[in-house]
Amino acid sequence: MSQYQVKPGPEAFLPPAAASMGNVLPDPGEAHIEGRIVPEEEAYEYCARKLLEAKVPTIFPGPLVLWKWNDHVAEKATAIRALANEVPMRLIPMADYRPKYPKIDAEVEINPNHPNLTIWHNKIDVCIFVGVHCHMANLALKIIRGGTKCYTIAVCAQAGHEDACLSFRDANAEKVRRLIAAVKKLKSEGVKSQAIPFTQFKMSRSGPIVEPA
Amino acid sequence: MSKEKISICEDLADIMPPEYQELVATATFGNQDRGWKDIGSSKELIEQHSLCAGCPESIAFRYILASLPAPEDTVFVGSTGCTSLVFPHVAVHNIHSLFGNQNAIASGLKRALASRFPDVEKDVVVLAGDGATVDIGLDMTMQSWFRQEKFTTICFDNELYANTGGQESGLMQKGFVAKMAPKGKSFEKVRLPEIAREAGCAYIAVLTVSKPNRVEQAIKNAIYVAREIGPTFVQLYTPCILEIGKQSMEGLDEMKDAETIGGRFVQKEYITEEAQKLLDSIKEETKARKKAAKAKKPVNA
Repeated sequence: MSQYQVKPGPEAFLPPAAASMGNVLPDPGEAHIEGRIVPEEEAYEYCARKLLEAKVPTIFPGPLVLWKWNDHVAEKATAIRALANEVPMRLIPMADYRPKYPKIDAEVEINPNHPNLTIWHNKIDVCIFVGVHCHMANLALKIIRGGTKCYTIAVCAQAGHEDACLSFRDANAEKVRRLIAAVKKLKSEGVKSQAIPFTQFKMSRSGPIVEPA
Repeated sequence: MSKEKISICEDLADIMPPEYQELVATATFGNQDRGWKDIGSSKELIEQHSLCAGCPESIAFRYILASLPAPEDTVFVGSTGCTSLVFPHVAVHNIHSLFGNQNAIASGLKRALASRFPDVEKDVVVLAGDGATVDIGLDMTMQSWFRQEKFTTICFDNELYANTGGQESGLMQKGFVAKMAPKGKSFEKVRLPEIAREAGCAYIAVLTVSKPNRVEQAIKNAIYVAREIGPTFVQLYTPCILEIGKQSMEGLDEMKDAETIGGRFVQKEYITEEAQKLLDSIKEETKARKKAAKAKKPVNA
């Protein structure tokens, strides 16, 4: 049987779990690209190229990096912000997993129960999941693969995700910085970001901060 | 959860939705005097709910969550029913148990938490409907009281199985005709407070949720007594407006009617002597603390 490839969707209303199709997680020092196990170094470069090629590359930081659980997390958050600035990429938070009624504001947040809304609304073509608990990431990654054509990347602090198109494992601040280095290297070789120009939104306690024109 | 952990990484703080920034700035975690008056300004434990418009159970949820003395160290054990539709929206640790098993699970949980965190007071609170507490789970409920398990049992008494369309429950009043009980209930409402008293509960309260200050006091008393002395029980009348043929706006009136003299839910409390002493001492301590805090404040403040 040929290997199941975890490609961007839309695949089906309910795409199969990649694990059920025989895909396995990478071992330490490895990553996977669309289901193929590769050395981590290869994945950094591939990932950096994907980010630079994208029109609307976006990072979805989850509760494990948004909330300051400890100093390591704060360091990782700093690295994520640096990555967003370097590519450049939008940042849209997944602050927690509670269902939001009557609906989420898809412009400024993402919810794992209906991540497709945020992706459709913002026309996101490449996204990074980081700091999202595994079970919620699996759910969201499958929904995205099922209903959108977004390329998903998991920067996972545990064993990685079969259901992402590309997945790192054991991710920490150092690995995010290595990804930044890969982006810089490509840029130095002449690869330019294709991202549509944007301004990163900012929020305050009373809502979005509107910059004067 | 620890209240020290409720802060946002500085580098990502500016993209966080306002409600989370509010949470960090105004959450009531650690506030000894948190209570029902915080409901309007503090929404970190519950904001939206998924119950029917005007459902008294949703009001009860808000009052109970606002009344927990230490939400960060509290675990709820719930059961199948309308309450289980709300727990996904609640930011307090909670376990959904099999129908009727809630008090058995809470027993094990309380013991495990006491063993795992000997220096921290962990509160376990069972919150289930009348079907789970009195009909299907009466065995587990009573056995936990017999064993003197130190946790609080709250029963949302809507006097029928509302979630499944209006079947007869043990707490339904005699003669009541429901959608799925067309012949009317043929026996009296089960006298659960009396059963609780005989089974060994140290604090029992029966009331409606029409008055938030009363609910707050009952919940706090029940939790304080459960920490030190033994099992406690609170029975709250939360009528299902749909199943008794009322409109959304009529839930409050229904509760007020039920608590008038001669009604089914006239407020009553049963407190053992030991529990009363404990509650009196807590009251004195609170009074002294507030007095000291007031004295510390500058005159012009």
